Amino acid sequence: MLNSRTFRRQFINRFVLIISTLAALLGIVMLVWILGDVVLRGFGVINWNFFTELPVPPGEEGGGLANAIIGTLVMTIVAALMAVPVGVMAGTYLSEFGKHNLFGRLVRSLSDILVSAPSIVVGVFVYLIMVKTMGHFSGWAGSVSLAILMLPVVIRTTEEMLRLVPGEMRESALALGAPYWNMMMNIVFRAAKNGMATGIMLAVARVAGETAPLLFTAMNSPYWMQSMNEPMANLTVTLFNYAMSPYNDWQELAWGAAFLITVSVLCVNIITRLILSSGRSKP
Amino acid sequence: MTKTNKPDVKIAVRNLNFFYDNKQALFDNTLDIVANKVTAFIGPSGCGKSTHIRCYNRMFSLYKGHRGEGEILFDGENILDPKVPELQLRHRVGMIFQKPTPFPMTVYDNIAYGLRLHGNYPQSELDDRVEKALRDGALWDEVKDSLRKPGTALSGGQQQRLCIARAIAVQPEVILMDEPCSALDPIATAKIEELIDELKKKFTIVIVTHSMQQAARVSDYTAYFYLGKLIEYDDTQVIFTSPQNQKTEDYITGRFG
Repeated sequence: MLNSRTFRRQFINRFVLIISTLAALLGIVMLVWILGDVVLRGFGVINWNFFTELPVPPGEEGGGLANAIIGTLVMTIVAALMAVPVGVMAGTYLSEFGKHNLFGRLVRSLSDILVSAPSIVVGVFVYLIMVKTMGHFSGWAGSVSLAILMLPVVIRTTEEMLRLVPGEMRESALALGAPYWNMMMNIVFRAAKNGMATGIMLAVARVAGETAPLLFTAMNSPYWMQSMNEPMANLTVTLFNYAMSPYNDWQELAWGAAFLITVSVLCVNIITRLILSSGRSKP
Repeated sequence: MTKTNKPDVKIAVRNLNFFYDNKQALFDNTLDIVANKVTAFIGPSGCGKSTHIRCYNRMFSLYKGHRGEGEILFDGENILDPKVPELQLRHRVGMIFQKPTPFPMTVYDNIAYGLRLHGNYPQSELDDRVEKALRDGALWDEVKDSLRKPGTALSGGQQQRLCIARAIAVQPEVILMDEPCSALDPIATAKIEELIDELKKKFTIVIVTHSMQQAARVSDYTAYFYLGKLIEYDDTQVIFTSPQNQKTEDYITGRFG
């Protein structure tokens, strides 16, 4: 029964299918294009010197981004050390004690707002409270701004992962005569540990590629790191500066930095997925 | 309503009223739980049988706005009194839940968790107690070679027996079971029922069940709840053969429920 109506329907079906497939393709093409470009142009730049040497002035041969790599690593780790304990504890509060009360709701919506806050705003904020008052850019200020960006992600994922632990599991532990803190430490955190680790990794991945907040706080430096109390080299601001520079060598190094950042964030994301799927296989 | 004339009363419930915020869920429940017997609570969903059982270890205190009034005399002491410490109460009153809840740790540690809470045992004694609990839980033969495997790797029925072993490891006096078999297949259910029969030699058992057959099989006394009220409480034999109350008879015979 191939009347005009079924024909029309089939036509619309085909048409919409083609359109949405094209849209999906467009998204993938963009992604592959970016990744491909970064890999093609960046991979060639990566060599031993890239990881071990300081940058050199334009025109000179060789040179690397060792100081920026170290700076990014150190600032990210310090930021995690600041944000993770606070975030995990705040998330625990939200899930266990602040489910319905006013304070809990306030913290929850504030951290949701903070998740979507533009990172440059956080950078300017830390500039005002730390860089301005201390009188100079510093690695500490960079770490603090990264920590502020990580915090809401850690808080919300911790809360959600703790909530996924069934109420009956908590009650079983309490029914054995366990104090609440013991039940949390030994049963609930253990049950939620994969998910919480995922949240932390995602938070790290989120800040690892941030440029704007570091621009106002850690700034950049062409030297080896001496202390956290001075301007600190980092990959993203270096990438920004070098890519905008008129020198070919620097632009090359910028591609290398882009490649390194992309691959690192990609690795963190893949590891996160592996942890999650290994957690899911055993209920 | 209390028909029990056995002298050995473990828990005496007197005029228990229970509230979820402003909504009253239990009305003037009065009954005696007899020591070393199995008492079954039956009734349609939402009749308050689970709510009632969760008063015996004050599990409700976990949630804001849940409160019980009246008296639950556990060996003569009113455990609804906040002065009775919760941790000690729950040490004496174990609980098994509807869904098996193995902790995210090894079979051994599942049992040892409760033991470590209440005592500081040397390793060898801990081993002995874990083994004894697993034997009493009728699980030892099945898991003795996999004590280091995660508790979640066991089958559903084994997980539930693990939970029972975990509960009896700390040597409670009373064991509450809230529909312990509703997530299990018939064979696993039969094993648990067999176990209940064995356990009542040492423990007083209160079991909530949706299955009237199960109540008839495992229990010595049966209480029928409806809309938060205790309708009838008697020997299981009497409840299932010649109930005194018309409502009970309607439920038992399947005319309602």
